[in-house]
Amino acid sequence: MIEVVAPGPLALVEDLGRPGLAAIGVARSGAFDRGSLRLANRLVGNDEGAAGIEALAGGLALRATVPLVVAVTGADGPVTVRGPSRAVRQMPRRSPLHLAADDVLELGAPSTGLRSYVAVRGGIALRRTLGSASFDTMSRLGPAPLAVGDRLPVGCAVLGTPHVDHAPARPAAPALRVLPGPRDDWFGEAGLAALAGTEWAVSPASDRVGVRLDGGPLARARSGELPSEPMVPGALQVPPGGRPVLLGPDGPTTGGYPVIGVVVDADLDRVAQLRPGELLRLTIVR
Amino acid sequence: MSLPFGVRRCGDRGLLVDADDAAGIAAAVEALALAGVVEVVPGAAAVLVRHDASADPRALATVLAGVEPLARSTESGVLVEVPVVYDGADLDDVAAATGLTASDVVRLHSAAEYDVAFCGFAPGFAYLRGLDTRLAVPRLAAPRTRVPAGSVAVADTWSAVYPRESPGGWRLLGRTDAAVWDSARTPPALLAPGTRVRFVEVRP
Repeated sequence: MIEVVAPGPLALVEDLGRPGLAAIGVARSGAFDRGSLRLANRLVGNDEGAAGIEALAGGLALRATVPLVVAVTGADGPVTVRGPSRAVRQMPRRSPLHLAADDVLELGAPSTGLRSYVAVRGGIALRRTLGSASFDTMSRLGPAPLAVGDRLPVGCAVLGTPHVDHAPARPAAPALRVLPGPRDDWFGEAGLAALAGTEWAVSPASDRVGVRLDGGPLARARSGELPSEPMVPGALQVPPGGRPVLLGPDGPTTGGYPVIGVVVDADLDRVAQLRPGELLRLTIVR
Repeated sequence: MSLPFGVRRCGDRGLLVDADDAAGIAAAVEALALAGVVEVVPGAAAVLVRHDASADPRALATVLAGVEPLARSTESGVLVEVPVVYDGADLDDVAAATGLTASDVVRLHSAAEYDVAFCGFAPGFAYLRGLDTRLAVPRLAAPRTRVPAGSVAVADTWSAVYPRESPGGWRLLGRTDAAVWDSARTPPALLAPGTRVRFVEVRP
């Protein structure tokens, strides 16, 4: 078992979510930074899609009730293990870590990035809803956010023994790539130029539903109402105020505001790591 | 990349097809079972076709531009009867706004046959088309913070049943005890795209 000593601001159980159910109004959900969850799972010898913990910022503390192998990925920042004798060890990220019974794993405030992922060898074995143990913050499907004293069962589904000592950090990239459309015609070429030419600020009012961007605002080239249409994670939806909302994994499956462009799939994981106040540039690709 | 008229990029893993009959196009694309297509999602007037990295978006767009909608499934679609107690908080307001009596509103709402055009807003929240045009009323100016599960409502040209308690701005005509959403059931949504629906008045 893993016992939650402190959840930090928000700690959620997430796997790779519930893709394929948007037609009945169910969001993909799952890990916001899917690549980091996959890496954490590989480091401990799990299937890449095993359920782990997505921790927002710092403050998560987990106690192992039995010896466990874990790995921490995603944001960068201090990881410590506090033993029963109160001895504290600094531990690396992106490496398999061996916890003894009663060791407490603690995540400090990230120096870069925002969301960390903790995988445990065997996976977190919670009941699945619609095929996934992920918590969807909008629809409230899946296990509730972690609270002090929660005890999470650890499964026994593993693929092999951990064989990587340390995975390299992901290189930072300067801008998120955006493919125009489907409704870029609502903003014209001037709108796309403004999207690419603006230094956007990540709003503190951002979450897994959407990352709100301050700046601009973007002006519409036409008026009218858009009938509700399907939305995807990564869509830059533009409400009438002109400040885009970059939809996250728990975002709505349909929406009535035009989408000027969609962040390319390979750049979506980085959206999870944007910090409030961080400045962001978008590059138009065709 | 130039695409056929009416087909738009939706990121590098999706295409959006403009369609008057989005549910019909979605059903037709599903039936084609195209290689590389991983999900088909109807909206009110457009269909999202999500694909994986193996699909060539341009070739897929050409196929999608030529798809004809499947006829509205008057015989093939499942027919669900939803029992309704018409005692909703907005029944009298809808009657006043439409110039009808409350019993006319109930009669018109329960006389029509609906079908699910698309889902959104929440798991299992189905937008039902087929509302009598005399019952078209705008949403509430200020949405309610809490609408009970099972509330039967109308807004604009749509009707719907709230699958779970949630905020909401639609006008409430009544309530049903039908389980519109159950995560543990297969399928979880009672009302999925293509499903036909009738509302049947019952006494409380």
